[in-house]
Amino acid sequence: MRNSKNKGESLLRIAASQLLKNKGAVFGGVIVFVFIVSAVFAPFIAPYDPLDSNLEDALQGHSLKHWLGTDEQGRDILSRIIYGSRMSLSIGVIAVLISNAFGVLLGLVAGYVGGKTDNVIMRIMDILMAFPGMLLALAIVSALGPGIFNLMIAIGTYSIPIFARVVRGSVLTVREMEYVESARAIGQSHFLIVLKHILPNCVGPILVLSTLRIATAILTGAGLSFLGLGPQPPAPEWGAMLSSGRTYLRIAPWVATYPGLAIMFVVMGFNVFGDGLRDALDPRLKT
Amino acid sequence: MNASDNLIEISDLAKFFPVKKGILNRTAYHVKAVDGVSFSIRHGKTLGLVGESGCGKTTTGRAILRLIEPTGGSIRFRSKKLAGPGQAFKTVDVRKVPPATLKSLRQDMQIIFQDPYSSLNPRMTVGGIVGEPLTVYGVASGSELEDRVEHLLSTVGLKPDHMGRYPHEFSGGQRQRIGIARALALDPQLVVADEPISALDVSIQAQVMKLLDRLQAEFNLTYLFISHDLSVVRYISNSVAVMYLGKIVEMADTKVLFSNPKHPYTEALISAVPIPDPKFKTRRIILRGDVPNPADPPSGCYFHTRCPYVDPLCSRETPAFKDLGDNHFAACHFADRLSLLAVDRMC
Repeated sequence: MRNSKNKGESLLRIAASQLLKNKGAVFGGVIVFVFIVSAVFAPFIAPYDPLDSNLEDALQGHSLKHWLGTDEQGRDILSRIIYGSRMSLSIGVIAVLISNAFGVLLGLVAGYVGGKTDNVIMRIMDILMAFPGMLLALAIVSALGPGIFNLMIAIGTYSIPIFARVVRGSVLTVREMEYVESARAIGQSHFLIVLKHILPNCVGPILVLSTLRIATAILTGAGLSFLGLGPQPPAPEWGAMLSSGRTYLRIAPWVATYPGLAIMFVVMGFNVFGDGLRDALDPRLKT
Repeated sequence: MNASDNLIEISDLAKFFPVKKGILNRTAYHVKAVDGVSFSIRHGKTLGLVGESGCGKTTTGRAILRLIEPTGGSIRFRSKKLAGPGQAFKTVDVRKVPPATLKSLRQDMQIIFQDPYSSLNPRMTVGGIVGEPLTVYGVASGSELEDRVEHLLSTVGLKPDHMGRYPHEFSGGQRQRIGIARALALDPQLVVADEPISALDVSIQAQVMKLLDRLQAEFNLTYLFISHDLSVVRYISNSVAVMYLGKIVEMADTKVLFSNPKHPYTEALISAVPIPDPKFKTRRIILRGDVPNPADPPSGCYFHTRCPYVDPLCSRETPAFKDLGDNHFAACHFADRLSLLAVDRMC
């Protein structure tokens, strides 16, 4: 637009400034940010190679050399947790992207087209949702075989119906707005009505749900890795570290404790941030 | 009236909404929202469509634009955009045109919505909202598009540099002006104004009315003006149609309708118009009861349950929509016998 001084403030920008005023959201955001930084810059931050085993140093407690101690193979736990954040965050983010891609598409189609299409799509989603999430992911991983990519697909799949439901619900509300009718009145195509008018007005709930689902996905990912269905050893995955550390819980409790704490913090960070995001995007706060 | 002057001729327009029930989702019955409505509007004139809420005014407006698919009837429209080379216009039946033609036809008929808060996409800038119709038809792009949008904004009394702003930064009246600019973007012939001012403050209403009046003269627009406010309709319309339970009960030129109403329902509506003078004692006709359920309308004349002049005949026979001469039509058995109160005689 020509006059930059007359640029309006978009609703998303207003929501962002709301978010910054919310202390809880900022706290969650900082935790998430710390984990993201450690995932991205892992090679520069981590003091040791996470795979470098040194049996002489096995099961060492806290020291200046190894801040969080070492595991049964003498690997530095701090380094493994820093590298592990790469695994957990990518499992969380990619799984949620998978469920977003399918869930949003199915929800948009079901909500906008309605009728029989809606019925068929949503009944299939109901069937998927009838399985407990963990069990469904477990079944998919066992069918596809263990590994980080199969884990992402499994976790992504079980969140699809949740996204489809939320998106369909928003579409049903937005579809009845007069601006959608106005777009039909000017002869806009269905595809562009969905893309330009409906989807942008459903972004709020999608964003909030994605943040909250990343937390769940990380937790489920860690759970499945704990069962040995995730990235295979010696890859540094928090769930797997927790699993192997539990054998030494009595003599070296730090081996299992720190990966557990890492899972707890990252999940809490995403949850608190997601809650703040929901408050900031709440339409009732704006007039 | 010369028939060829009519921009649009609607006959027997109907819209029935099926009501589904039971686990089999069978259609139990139909709600006849619009039931056999006929009228025509002359080029460059305004027809006011009035009635209580729920009488089918809005459905009529949407059915004409095919935003709702009509169940029956015909909508003959003199389209400029569909006219071939050498033709001034081409008459089509809006109900029968195929989707591709309907899209081009939409440039000729636009709508202004009632609620300026839900009729503008909150995620789009004003420039995007007003420019969207132009991009849909590839009329303009780039800096030409910006020029057109700026021109449209100044036409409706907004500043061109409002383009980059979002709807929530504007007041109700300004938002309605944005909606009007969007409707005008494609240079339409017919504009369906669906209660365009009833959601606005009284002080703003007059401004928007004046704007609509000016735009009609400037662009030679034809309005179907839907409203429940008779004083507004009286100001802007050349003729008025009164709707009750999905049917038109009376239609006449504005002056005639207000000075010589022939249907008891019109009389009751007119008596409800406030007159801005405390000394005047109006005889207000308070209708008994509520509007009957349109899914189960009364027998005979739909209005007989509330009519102060009811006769046994009324519940038996449906009155015809009689031509009383001079473009005056009324659907009442006693239209020529009743002496009803008009605005001037009420004071």
